[in-house]
Amino acid sequence: MRDSRRELLATLPSFGWLGLFVLVPTLLVLAIAFRETDPAGGIGAGWTWRQFAIFGQPSILVLLWRTIWISALTTLICMVMALPVAWYLARVRKEWRSRLLLLIIVPFWTNFLIRVFAWNQILHSEGGLARFLRSIHLLGENDSLLFNSGAVVLVSVYTYLPFAILPLYAAAEKFDFSLLDAARDLGATALRAFWSVFVPGIRKGLITALVIVFVPMLGSYVVPDLVGGTDGQMIGNKIAQRNFADRNLPSASAMAAILSLAVLAPMLFRKREEAGKQ
Amino acid sequence: MKPSRLPLITTLLVLAFFYLPIGVLILNSFNESRFGTRWQGFTLKWYERLWEREDLWMALLNSLKVAVFASIGAMILGTCAAFALHRYRSRVQTAHALLITMPLVLPEILMGMSLLLLFVSTGIQLSLLTVTLAHITFCVSYVALVVQSRLQDFDFQIVDAARDLGATKLQAFLKVVLPLLAPGILAGGLLAFTLSVDDFVVTFFVKGPGSDTLPVVIYSMIKKSREFPVINALSTLLLVVTFAAVWASQRLTADREAREGSD
Repeated sequence: MRDSRRELLATLPSFGWLGLFVLVPTLLVLAIAFRETDPAGGIGAGWTWRQFAIFGQPSILVLLWRTIWISALTTLICMVMALPVAWYLARVRKEWRSRLLLLIIVPFWTNFLIRVFAWNQILHSEGGLARFLRSIHLLGENDSLLFNSGAVVLVSVYTYLPFAILPLYAAAEKFDFSLLDAARDLGATALRAFWSVFVPGIRKGLITALVIVFVPMLGSYVVPDLVGGTDGQMIGNKIAQRNFADRNLPSASAMAAILSLAVLAPMLFRKREEAGKQ
Repeated sequence: MKPSRLPLITTLLVLAFFYLPIGVLILNSFNESRFGTRWQGFTLKWYERLWEREDLWMALLNSLKVAVFASIGAMILGTCAAFALHRYRSRVQTAHALLITMPLVLPEILMGMSLLLLFVSTGIQLSLLTVTLAHITFCVSYVALVVQSRLQDFDFQIVDAARDLGATKLQAFLKVVLPLLAPGILAGGLLAFTLSVDDFVVTFFVKGPGSDTLPVVIYSMIKKSREFPVINALSTLLLVVTFAAVWASQRLTADREAREGSD
């Protein structure tokens, strides 16, 4: 009995805080998604399904589709770039390993906005890169490197790549590389050994890296806002627009509710799967 | 088997990719050209302009205030959470663990949006206080994770030893457990501090008038396409601070390792 009281005492502060500031607000979003729009801004009276009708609009479907493919493409590119780096880090001499890890992490201790802004300057239509590409006719006179979905993917890869490298490296470090020699001795090609031995061997790290890039990408807002232009907008921008520009909180909530479900459902599912295994 | 050069080449390319934009920023902060499109000579005038921008210094002060309170709050709540999760196995703790993971997986925009709705519907005025509350919320989980990983290596037998030697429970906790865990808690607090200083999205949703933090001001400067070179100068200064902090902490841990190694 005394033990359960002590458990309560230790659990209550964080449980209560997160309940109040995470769980309640998330449920609030789900509830407000079913409220009427208040023309004066704020939340209207009465309950309705109408806010979800927005998902029938072609413009929103285009936005959703773009959100998914930009997130998927960014995740894919991050993986392709991170795998060889993780491999190299796991195999390189120890004293070099910690230096390289530091070199990978340090740029990401600088402010996120500043990193996006740096790309803003590089891709700028009057910048050196754009002028160079124009001079060799790789870029049309009126084309821009900035303000399109390509720029969103590039800058997103830049901001998320270390988050893909770190879990892959952590998994690769524990991988027994002599297994690859064994596979080669048994006649596998280098590529075959890589795909059939190395990749399954770091499966856990791969899944972590995939989730850690893909999920936040779905809710991406700053990168498309600063380098995406109108052709690179994602669902996060629409949520923000409904919130700040239109002051239509129920409509913003409806979109946020769908996004929350998309993000939280796999997590709850995985927890149940883990519980099932135990 | 001949080792492939591909991993090495990719690693070098990735590092170049990481540092190229930072190099451009630093270079342009000394560039006479207003738009940084081509080199027009060396200047320090953007740093002078930066010095005169009082709104930026106010915003920096706001950022530091929020980060100090947020990391203290997150250290307290996160340490409690780590203890509870480490010590007990029950339904409550399963739910607790789920709650701790939620802020880690929820995209920032959802967190900002839901907190804004909470504050709006309860009639709480948006201010530096709401920003601090929001920051504590997303920092708690990170502190909990860091402290929890330290607890896994913690030998609880020394608590029994302290008790056998006559310490009360409180004494054992305050004089044995806490000092040993302090580095872990502090590491969590430092992580919380950096996350708080860096945060833009959540802050943007829950900030009120006069509670702009540094990232909020930087964002509006970028958005209005004004004073790019001043942002470059500011970025360069922040980079210097970051690199110095990393270097100092590296030196500290290296010294400690060297000392421990010589014992």
